[in-house]
Amino acid sequence: MHRTLAPVRAVGRGALRSVEAVGEAGYLGLDALRALRKFELWGPHLVGQMVRIGVESIPIALFIASFTGVVLALQASYTFTGAVPLYFVGTLVGKTMILELGPVLTGLALSGRVGANIAAQIGTMRVTEQIDALETLAYDPVAYLVVPRVLAGTLMFPVVVLLANAIGILAGWGTSLALLDMSSPEFVKGLRLFFEPWDVQFSLIKSASFGLTVTSVGCSFGFHTTGGAEGVGISTTRAVVISSMIILVLDAFWAATLLQ
Amino acid sequence: MSIELVNVHKAFGANEVLRGFSLNIPEGETMAIIGGSGTGKSVLLKHLVGLLTPDQGEVWVDGENISRLDQASIYRVRRNIGFVFQFAALFDSMTIAENVGMGLARLDTMSDEEVRARVETCLELVDLVGYGARLPSELSGGQRKRVGFARAIATSPKYILYDEPTTGLDPVTKSVIDELIVRMSDDLGVTGVVITHDMDSAFRISDRMAMLYEGQNRWEGTPEQIQQTDDPIVKGFIEGRPELLESAT
Repeated sequence: MHRTLAPVRAVGRGALRSVEAVGEAGYLGLDALRALRKFELWGPHLVGQMVRIGVESIPIALFIASFTGVVLALQASYTFTGAVPLYFVGTLVGKTMILELGPVLTGLALSGRVGANIAAQIGTMRVTEQIDALETLAYDPVAYLVVPRVLAGTLMFPVVVLLANAIGILAGWGTSLALLDMSSPEFVKGLRLFFEPWDVQFSLIKSASFGLTVTSVGCSFGFHTTGGAEGVGISTTRAVVISSMIILVLDAFWAATLLQ
Repeated sequence: MSIELVNVHKAFGANEVLRGFSLNIPEGETMAIIGGSGTGKSVLLKHLVGLLTPDQGEVWVDGENISRLDQASIYRVRRNIGFVFQFAALFDSMTIAENVGMGLARLDTMSDEEVRARVETCLELVDLVGYGARLPSELSGGQRKRVGFARAIATSPKYILYDEPTTGLDPVTKSVIDELIVRMSDDLGVTGVVITHDMDSAFRISDRMAMLYEGQNRWEGTPEQIQQTDDPIVKGFIEGRPELLESAT
């Protein structure tokens, strides 16, 4: 009897935990909105967090984007051989980097780098009573810890993605010149063929939503950590997994709502 | 003004930690709350600063029912309270001086120069002059605890709550901390609440003592009275005699 019901119980517990996590994140989100007016607590930390979350993420984002650009150019050429003019390589590299791979790959990479870092840092502060200490010193921990991180992520992800898009396209361009026997005018012709300024705006909106997701999920799991070092590990893992899943759902959501 | 707990209940799920705890701590007195591990002493202390809210009952601090205040009012009351955490709870990304100055910076009533001077004075009190530029990770456990003490007293609070202030300290440091607690009360009139297992320390620093047992205030009195009590639970605990506790339960 017990064994038969065990999977059902496990599913039930998981569902309850998920509902609880959504509720906690919702409350934290409301607290963060209210804490926006406490500029004296979050304002001095905003630039520091923008550097840590944004500027320091640029190397990994550019590394990923450059190899993505190389692969996109090579795969496009492999696919088009004989059937489609080769300058469409520029079209595919540009469109795919800007609309999809630039924001999504950067978002997923930063959910590991930024989301895990935030969850581990705030989670450790929670289990070592540093957040309680902030409270006793009359600092609102949501204004002090959560608001600057979430704002920095929302503002800086688009900047990082913009650079990643540019480097991805440049890498695809370089690959086309070096390995595909294409000329620069040909690549640029393809790149400009279906280019719409709206594509860049779409990419920025998407990446801002990813920045908001990664930082707020990291803060929420960190803030509600319990149980010492093991609890910090669990929060960190969950923050990365959940924010990656939300990024993919948002990716589909934005495509369905903004590209129709 | 004083601290008063009235019929406080608190449960975490099925675990009922406080079951109608009541206690009055008059102004200027140091109250030691004793009790076994896991009986809810730290939970009790966190109620006094609004970190936890009772399921039932009232917690009065400085004439205000802290369990019914909004967030802004709780922060206002907290400016009169210092909290010494069991494991110091220092901010590990900040220097010792920044840690001690955190509460002062929030008060926003002092210039940077005055804050620096006050931080130095507090570090001097806990015998840590010259440690201001170090990080918490560069200090021993006992030194971190002393920094936690310095941080709690920096704002000259009316109330100081100590969560096991001497646990894990060497005898000399323990005496230094005990002496500081007594001085806080005698010289500055600070009202103190000390959670402790350390009976020697409790007898030395407290004006009155209370024992938390099974979620309630089992016994209350002066250190002299507690040593004369016939209550087997209290006697068994303070004398470290488990046979008395077992025979009473």
